[in-house]
Amino acid sequence: MTMGAKVGRWAAMLLMSTALVACNKGGGNETAAAGSGGETVKVGVLQSLTGTMAISEVTVKNAEVMAIDEINAAGGVMGKQIEAIVEDGASDPSVFAQKASKLTDSDKVATVFGGWTSASRKAMLPVFEKSKNLLWYPVQFEGNECSPNIMYSGAQPNQQMLPALAWAKEKGFKTYFLVGSDYVFPRTANLIARKHIEGGGMKVSGEEYQPLGGTEFSGVIAKIKAAKPDFILNTLNGDSNVAFFKQMTAAGLTPDKVPIMSLSIAEEEALSMGPALVKGSYASWNYFQTLENPENAKFIAAYQAKFGADKVTSDPMVHGYVDVYIWKAAVEKAGSFDPAAVRAAAVTLDAVPTPLGPVKFIANNSLVQTGYIGQLDEAGKFKIIWNSPAPIEPEPYDPLTFPGKTCKIG
Amino acid sequence: MDSTFLLGQVFNGLSVGSIYILAALGLALSFGLMRVINMAHGEIVMLGGYIAFLTIKLVPGPLGIPAAVLAAAVGGGLLGALLETTLVSRLAERPLDTLLATWGVSLIVQQAARDIFGATGVSVTAPSWMDGAVELGPLSLPLTRLFIILIAAMALSGLALLLKTSRIGLLVRAANQDRATASAMGVSVRQVDMFVFALGSAVAGVAGVVLALLGPVTPTVGQSYIVTAFLVVILGGLGSIAGCAIAALMIGVVSAMSQVFVDASFSQVVTLLFVIAFLQFRPHGVISIRSRALDE
Repeated sequence: MTMGAKVGRWAAMLLMSTALVACNKGGGNETAAAGSGGETVKVGVLQSLTGTMAISEVTVKNAEVMAIDEINAAGGVMGKQIEAIVEDGASDPSVFAQKASKLTDSDKVATVFGGWTSASRKAMLPVFEKSKNLLWYPVQFEGNECSPNIMYSGAQPNQQMLPALAWAKEKGFKTYFLVGSDYVFPRTANLIARKHIEGGGMKVSGEEYQPLGGTEFSGVIAKIKAAKPDFILNTLNGDSNVAFFKQMTAAGLTPDKVPIMSLSIAEEEALSMGPALVKGSYASWNYFQTLENPENAKFIAAYQAKFGADKVTSDPMVHGYVDVYIWKAAVEKAGSFDPAAVRAAAVTLDAVPTPLGPVKFIANNSLVQTGYIGQLDEAGKFKIIWNSPAPIEPEPYDPLTFPGKTCKIG
Repeated sequence: MDSTFLLGQVFNGLSVGSIYILAALGLALSFGLMRVINMAHGEIVMLGGYIAFLTIKLVPGPLGIPAAVLAAAVGGGLLGALLETTLVSRLAERPLDTLLATWGVSLIVQQAARDIFGATGVSVTAPSWMDGAVELGPLSLPLTRLFIILIAAMALSGLALLLKTSRIGLLVRAANQDRATASAMGVSVRQVDMFVFALGSAVAGVAGVVLALLGPVTPTVGQSYIVTAFLVVILGGLGSIAGCAIAALMIGVVSAMSQVFVDASFSQVVTLLFVIAFLQFRPHGVISIRSRALDE
């Protein structure tokens, strides 16, 4: 080997390591507000700060860290300041699993707040079961899962999707087209949706999947045009939604021509997609920024004071925020940071007022909460057009799709 | 199966294929001439998208997109020239090192974009003259898609004209056919290399603009097209421009037509199987080039 070749090889290796360092920086830690030398308790915050899911997850991280800061400012939990260790899941389930083990095994955190895609949750589940730690999961999901080590605060299917379908049926829509990203949430959600649509005497006129992060929708849109559905149920996640709505608009299929109900577009996504693009489309959530209650007003004011007056608040953010407070209440009730004791205390707490309205966990580790349907206006705000008459009890296993399965913990 | 839907899919395939043409042309050019595999090519596509985003902020209104195409071509070309002089030309004799080094560059550029523009990506709104569609009987062809096909056709014919008729084109062809002899005849092969690399990068920049019309511009947008772009180059017959164009359209149409039967996710599998099968019968791709450089 010549000298020149050696130098070249070194140059390449140097470049590679620079790149690796750069990656690390993106995925690195940031530590929020540790106490001034006093005793601290470590918790993990694990969301995608980079990649296709960052559009949604960065704001959840902000809300979780904000709740931690607020609790610290008010004196902490059982006299201890909370030290948040923030990690980046990088929109990649295997990174989520790896960072979750780092948090539970090396950092020895008391609990972890995080996750968004069901793929990331499924990847983290074995880590939390093995380390007997507790994950607070803030996002609506497909159900069909029941672990003593995960607190499912986001909606179960019967708290988000089934209300959406019931509303659509009431409105008289007969044929449904299902579009989703290709991973566990949309696949399972659509399995359940299909059972309920067909069980209700209506018709599924198409079911299409796009790889997560995919941006080429010409084929899907051609099929929608051919099927001429009354209603589209959209379970695309992340910035694929931008491409989908852009190409739908270019094809003349705007939300006022074909109603679209999205299960993963909240205020934040609507804003960054450009409200003009998604104006008139529907969403089903357990929280909208436009909800009127004193806790919500306080939450929005605090968030906007911290991150800017033009920032919006959304369902998963509020779930992340509320999770931190319920964890604090459960720790205080249990008198311990032990995850098993905290879980047992959390499911027996009384309903507390939150920006979501009064909510509480029940024995199946899921949250009792109200369902809402909203329609986006030109400013990117949801006008609430329907709400469930009462808070809905969560059902992890849809009885029609998974008959005989129940979630019994502890 | 109704014929409107099938015809629509052929059109969609051509439109997707034209994006692949724009994304792959630069790769085909630099591989054809220099045997360089440029892993940072996707990042130039991505930067083209961000240049479009910035240009449209500066030049709002109907002229935004033409201005963005121009700016992205110039910006992409300059970046390509920079990459070629500082890195690729210095590693010219060592293809594997170039591969690693350009991959490193791609990671650095992605992270830089993340730090500058944010991880969540930005959105480019197409000017209003691009809304709407051309109605062709029962078929409705969105103007954005037609615009993309037009841009690809212009890039392709411009490139062909340049290589076939201009003096610099003559030099490029000479260097391509036999570097050593061309060099001995007084052609500055170094300058030809840089010109071709910059030219390919300019086309990549334009590819970034058309991607911005269809979807969000994110730091990783280049990555999602680079794999297909490599497939196109291989299928087209390593380094042939006509082959590259035909291969891009083939992959576009195969992926669109397979979506008649399977969903978008599975059509990727079908497309890959098609490429593998095709290469079984024509291992040199659509157009095989007999070049001394490949005979080694």
